[in-house]
Amino acid sequence: MVGLTEIRWHGRGGQGAKTAALLFGEAVLGQGKHMQAFPEYGPERMGAPVQSFNRISDKPITLHCHVTNPQVVVVLDPTLIGTVDVTHGLPDDGTIIVNTHEPAKKFREMLKLNGQKLYTVDASKISRETIGRDIPNTPMMGALVKATSLLDFKEMLADTEKKLQKKFRSKPEVIAGNLKAIKRAYDEVTEG
Amino acid sequence: MKQINPDVCAAYPITPATEVMQIFASYVADGLVDTELVTVESEHSAMSATIGAAAAGARSMTCTSSQGLALMWEMLYIAAGLRLPIVMPMVNRALSAPINIHCDHSDSMGARDAGWIQIFSENAQEVYDNVIQAIRIAEHPDVLLPAMVTFDGFIISHAMEPVDTQEDADVQKFIGPYKAKYSLLDVDNPITVGAIDLTDYYFEHRRSLAEPSLTCVHSIAEEVAADFAKEFGRTYKIFEEYKMDDAEIAIVVLGSTAGTAKVVIDDLRSKGMKAGMVKIRMFRPFPYKQIADALSGVKAVAVLDRSDGLAGMGGPVFGEIRSALYDNEKRPATVNYVYGLGGRDITLKHIESVYNDLQKIVKEGQPENLVSYLGVRE
Repeated sequence: MVGLTEIRWHGRGGQGAKTAALLFGEAVLGQGKHMQAFPEYGPERMGAPVQSFNRISDKPITLHCHVTNPQVVVVLDPTLIGTVDVTHGLPDDGTIIVNTHEPAKKFREMLKLNGQKLYTVDASKISRETIGRDIPNTPMMGALVKATSLLDFKEMLADTEKKLQKKFRSKPEVIAGNLKAIKRAYDEVTEG
Repeated sequence: MKQINPDVCAAYPITPATEVMQIFASYVADGLVDTELVTVESEHSAMSATIGAAAAGARSMTCTSSQGLALMWEMLYIAAGLRLPIVMPMVNRALSAPINIHCDHSDSMGARDAGWIQIFSENAQEVYDNVIQAIRIAEHPDVLLPAMVTFDGFIISHAMEPVDTQEDADVQKFIGPYKAKYSLLDVDNPITVGAIDLTDYYFEHRRSLAEPSLTCVHSIAEEVAADFAKEFGRTYKIFEEYKMDDAEIAIVVLGSTAGTAKVVIDDLRSKGMKAGMVKIRMFRPFPYKQIADALSGVKAVAVLDRSDGLAGMGGPVFGEIRSALYDNEKRPATVNYVYGLGGRDITLKHIESVYNDLQKIVKEGQPENLVSYLGVRE
């Protein structure tokens, strides 16, 4: 399908990979584009490798098959690399974004990239400093937008704020922290 | 369901239908609906409670899937036999054994003789629109049959997609209030519900049960759809014809796979292939004559079944299509592909291969196999 972007998120149970895809999907919807967001289902427990997916298009999406060749891969947990083939199906002109404090060069070697763009950001550090916990999913959304320009960042931030206000009515510090996290990751993500 | 605001809802969880009842239960707890929520101990009880409530004149709903539907099997027949207009969203999931929580159509196909109206949804928008329309269709005084609105487990049930929703008041206006013709709670006009019926009258009563399917369910569904289009702007038919006008080869399919097929068809059309699709929305009652007409001009048809009836010659939809085409003067070569059992992914390539097979049949005449299994490791 022309004009379609597919994204695959890799994480471990509890890191918010599913929520990331859903939140990102809502942000896409907020900007008037068409979207799908769905997790992969299997045995679910804290720490187990999980995947989730997004589809984005300016035209309505009628596809309902699995995402096998994502244009973009987001890795929430770098310890997955080596265990899970995170670049599976990623085309040579694809983009991969990794949450890590280590230099990009290390991952370029580990992932055996074949021309794909690699971005890194220390989303865990950002989330610890802004939200107080190592939940890298919301900052990784900011990194994703910076790396791919899939969405208007300001609009996405405003939309995410609205959604977070609904979910965390009773915890305003969580909302502020998440927004700060997204903004920081957007600013700090670098191509490597 | 929130906007329908049923009088009674019986709830029992099963993956992947659980969230429907779970989220609805939070609406009840938050006072957003007036529904009396009855939490029961099994799906059999869920349908029993729903039947009891409906017989007492309440607009009643429940939701289940797979083993849950199978467990309430005897009650499905009873709901239909008692002419109770229960509407049930039903998430399509494979039946055990082996245990599988993912999508296929074996559950609703297994219940196809129960007398329920069956409406299949391609995507989230269709689920929303179909459940609303199902209330009107089921409660129509000439119908008075229970209706299930199905949608694919995980593929649709657990995926987020855009849905245009209507205002609460507009949905309420569209469905109207429910006035049961007979009610157990109407003490001035006492009735017996669920009595025994011996050899002298059972047949007549079951014959009357067939009447709506034979005479008016489809036309009423079309009227409701026309009204829905007028009010809300979205069009629905008994089945959808996608690029069928000049199609030489076509597939027949139900559920979310139709959406994937649309992408394949558009691609094949751009390459000059005259490909089309019939997507069945109302599977029960089955629109035999209309589908036979829709397929009459086609040279070869592949029926895609997301369940295997283990009948000895293909899946249930294949059987229906062959029956529908039997009286046609011009019959397309018709083959069957059983696919996607237990949630096995059906890809663009799979669907394209089906069309390539159909092209081959048009060229060479006889199909190699009448029934094939698509996407399985043989």
